[in-house]
Amino acid sequence: MDTDFIRLDGVEKVFDVRKKTGFLRSERRQVRAVDSISFTVSRGEMVGYIGPNGAGKSTTIKMLTGILTPSGGRLRVAGIDPSRERTRLAQRIGVVFGQRTTLWWDLPLIDSYRLMHRMYRIPDARYAENLDRCVELLELGELLDVPVRQLSLGQRMRGDIAAALLHDPEVLYLDEPTIGLDVISKARVREFLRDLNAERGTTVLLTTHDLSDIEQLCRRVMVIDHGRLMYDGPLTGLHEIGESERTLVVDLERELPPIEVESARVVKVEGPRQWLAFPAAQSAAPLVARIAAEYPLVDLSVREPDIEAVISRMYAEKATS
Amino acid sequence: MVRAWRLYAAVAAGGFRRYATYRVATAAGVFTNTVFGLILAYTYIALWDERPGLGGYDQAQAVTYVWVGQGLLSVVAVMGGGFEDELIERIRTGDIAIDLYRPADLQAWWLAADAGRAAFQLLGRGVVPMVFGGLVFQLALPGDAGTWLAFLVAVVLGVLVSFAIRYLVALAAFWFMDGAGVQQLAVLAGLFFSGMTLPLNVFPGALGELARVLPWSALVQAPADVLLGERTGLALLRTYAFQAAWAVGLLAVGRLVQSAATRRVVVQGG
Repeated sequence: MDTDFIRLDGVEKVFDVRKKTGFLRSERRQVRAVDSISFTVSRGEMVGYIGPNGAGKSTTIKMLTGILTPSGGRLRVAGIDPSRERTRLAQRIGVVFGQRTTLWWDLPLIDSYRLMHRMYRIPDARYAENLDRCVELLELGELLDVPVRQLSLGQRMRGDIAAALLHDPEVLYLDEPTIGLDVISKARVREFLRDLNAERGTTVLLTTHDLSDIEQLCRRVMVIDHGRLMYDGPLTGLHEIGESERTLVVDLERELPPIEVESARVVKVEGPRQWLAFPAAQSAAPLVARIAAEYPLVDLSVREPDIEAVISRMYAEKATS
Repeated sequence: MVRAWRLYAAVAAGGFRRYATYRVATAAGVFTNTVFGLILAYTYIALWDERPGLGGYDQAQAVTYVWVGQGLLSVVAVMGGGFEDELIERIRTGDIAIDLYRPADLQAWWLAADAGRAAFQLLGRGVVPMVFGGLVFQLALPGDAGTWLAFLVAVVLGVLVSFAIRYLVALAAFWFMDGAGVQQLAVLAGLFFSGMTLPLNVFPGALGELARVLPWSALVQAPADVLLGERTGLALLRTYAFQAAWAVGLLAVGRLVQSAATRRVVVQGG
């Protein structure tokens, strides 16, 4: 039970898509949004679920919440068949859709929480305790009396995350929780999720476009594309397979010829700023140390490869091998 | 069961507060209702001068009918503008998915929210036009609390029927990409068949018969007749039964359509 807290066996989701081909004629076409996916997630794990647009991520999440019924295969969350017992499962899961909100638009944030209190039948003491905790950690104190429509995107997202956690869910599904957020808001959300997982043992399944979300939160990552599971393992392994490269951006004191250093190559120079590409699986630390020792370094940053690039490299790799 | 009530009570309270936040909109609504009330009242006076006793009302009753109608306009949402705009938007954008995974009943949720809205609008937009009408015109209002109470019951039943109709209209958005057409049709039918434009008892023949048995007559005509003292005793019970039958029937149809819509979403995706 604990090692296969979430279990999918050959899960499929096929949509009928009707396409107009003439005045009255239409063509039926079947789209396999999810094509025979199998995986398990242990209790307390924090897993990244990534893939390009239309890969089937949201469809999987919807099946895991019971909103969508699988067309085939077997699916269990905490031993429950989601689409059959959606309401029972709802008590045990929390869901945050980054681009949608569960909050009441016209009313103060606190009103939405009071509603959650009643909806999930949370015991009063438990509700008060959880609310206090979320308010403190997500810094919602001053926002509780503000109507949701007046919140910024980052504030609203924190509000939504709190709303999903008031009933102590054992699993939290997050669909693009950092989309559109600024750097500070992103950092705050990630820190909160890390603590939640560490302290409460909440199982977290996270879909995202932002590889740095995964990098900072998840030891394990699953890649889905065209409805199929392409990769399941640590993030470093993904980089190895994808042969992807990270980018080190360095600001030097002055304009200099391209930096010459082992295991990295300069891909762009713009005044005192230079861009160096190096294998993603390799640590940046020795590279930075060497550059700092030999060049007048002012500032630096490391950029992660984007998910599309990693996946397209994975394909190229498969095609040639 | 008791705990479920607490949830829907909280939803209704939220619905009430939500409309209470928009004070300017409420004031503008009251103003519009009052102006329309004046126009209609003078039109009715001219009409009843020409045809005294039209539809069985005397002139004071006819003018009272106008102000009751204006008071109820937003309460029973004859022109729309209740929860349905939001529900249609949620269906269109796919936000409905969020509502579906919640451990709450969709229809009961929206009914509670709409009941909260109706309660606010009865106080916020119903009372002032009535009082204004009473100050400017000689109204035939009942003096006993019993009739007022009977009227309130008829209003509650009217709100239920109104909700049931609008719920069906909103659910149509699951099948039509754009819910606006169905909504406009419903508003048009509502304006006429509720008795908002003219009392339904002035219409002769088959049209009158039809208008009086359609569900919309439960929204304005029925409560107005109760207040005017036209329905007492057995007739009052018959009126309630008529309203309740439509409410139960349409709510049941709403449930069927809701489960078909949910199945469609669950199988077909958002």
